[in-house]
Amino acid sequence: MEKWLGAFMLELKNISFRYNRSKWLFKHVNLAIGQGEIVGMYGKSGSGKTTLAKIMANYLSPAEGEILIDGEKMNNEKYYPVQLIWQHPEKAINPNWKLSTIIDEAEGLNEEIFSLLGIQKEWLNRRPHELSGGELQRFCIARAFGPNTRYIVADEITSMFDALTQAQIWHAFIKLVKERNIGVLAISHHIPLLEKISDRLIDFNKLKSCPNITN
Amino acid sequence: MKYHSISFGTRMAISRKGLLLKLLGLLSLFLIFVIGGSFIGEEQIEANMSQKNLGPSIRHLFGTDWLGRDMFFRTLSGLHLSFRVGLFSAAISTLIALILSLLSSYNKYFDAMVTILIDLLLSIPHLVTLILIAFVLGGGVKGVVVGIALTHWPSLTRVLRAELMQMKTAEYVQISKKLGKSRIWMVRNHFLPQILPQLLVGFILLFPHAILHESAITFLGFGLSPEQPAIGIILAESMKYLTAGMWWLVLFPGLSLILMVAMFEAMGNNFRKMFNPQ
Repeated sequence: MEKWLGAFMLELKNISFRYNRSKWLFKHVNLAIGQGEIVGMYGKSGSGKTTLAKIMANYLSPAEGEILIDGEKMNNEKYYPVQLIWQHPEKAINPNWKLSTIIDEAEGLNEEIFSLLGIQKEWLNRRPHELSGGELQRFCIARAFGPNTRYIVADEITSMFDALTQAQIWHAFIKLVKERNIGVLAISHHIPLLEKISDRLIDFNKLKSCPNITN
Repeated sequence: MKYHSISFGTRMAISRKGLLLKLLGLLSLFLIFVIGGSFIGEEQIEANMSQKNLGPSIRHLFGTDWLGRDMFFRTLSGLHLSFRVGLFSAAISTLIALILSLLSSYNKYFDAMVTILIDLLLSIPHLVTLILIAFVLGGGVKGVVVGIALTHWPSLTRVLRAELMQMKTAEYVQISKKLGKSRIWMVRNHFLPQILPQLLVGFILLFPHAILHESAITFLGFGLSPEQPAIGIILAESMKYLTAGMWWLVLFPGLSLILMVAMFEAMGNNFRKMFNPQ
């Protein structure tokens, strides 16, 4: 009976984290993101936004608390339904691979994704150092839209784009997300951008300091 | 205002071409060694009492020894044997290094084990372990190959392990994991292609080591048996005749051994430059 309450949400319950016995980065963070909802989050640099993003996508495990995906706890081995899009595309792509291999690595991507994100066919035969950061980031974004993705954490994904491209990318991104009913946590410094794209805005510092209020 | 064009690209291309030519030259030189060595039969190095103790001449380039055997052909077949021993032991050593470094990237317990093994083997001089292993296995080609293979992997393993450690924390590898890729898939597609250059260079640079050590323990009498035409054997036997003034028995085989080792060193270094142009 309990499942329906938490169903179809990415829930963070009482998440606390610290790196190797240093000071607590944050304690008792609660957050829920519904399916198809875009939540924007802003906060000071160094406040632990990226760490929270990594915890949500299972790159780090929290010191305390648990993460439920549609009411379930996920194990490590399979395709993880929460995909993180990283801040620096140059590091998130194997520098020795052709970009077509990167597309192949994320199996079952839809052709429509490429045209929406403005990925050109001739880029596929190139290697990562022949493309710009913005062009690489499109591949990183496309890669996250695998058929089993249910939530996406987007950590400063458009900071290397110019304003026009930024608008184009977010337009495509929102279209894809709404089509597939994917829940998104968008992290950025740029509050006007977040206001534009998200359904709901969160200040990370408030999230950290008011542990008892569930968002 | 004048603009200067920067032409890093072409200059690098030229030096790469030069390196490639050098490599090809070395490769062909050493193919002559190998192919030449395999054509030498028993009749060319058999004893001929009418022609013993001759100095270097046109008929016998490296002279003949106290049994009238032609030293040129003995040296060539010795190098051929050294090459084969070097090939096998370097290949096995590289394989051990690859397996152990992959194992150490698996988790930290394996890593601790591998690190201890590396430190253990590096703390003893190669030659001591080598003599021990070859002696236990009763000498011969098998003893030498196994001995060299088991003693020469640690330094390469260390290099590969460091490379893998660095790769393991790379973002793209972590992403691959979250995309549901298995460990074997990641090893095949991410790790192996990345460490392949190091593996190849390591393999080629192991060669001269292996050959020198083979000659060394054969010279000391723990390696190949005396009837085999190895450089170490030739040198050890020739020692007795050196005082009689037969310098060619030592000089030419020794020089060709050094030449072969230097060639492999140069080849390995050129390969490294080609993969890692800095």
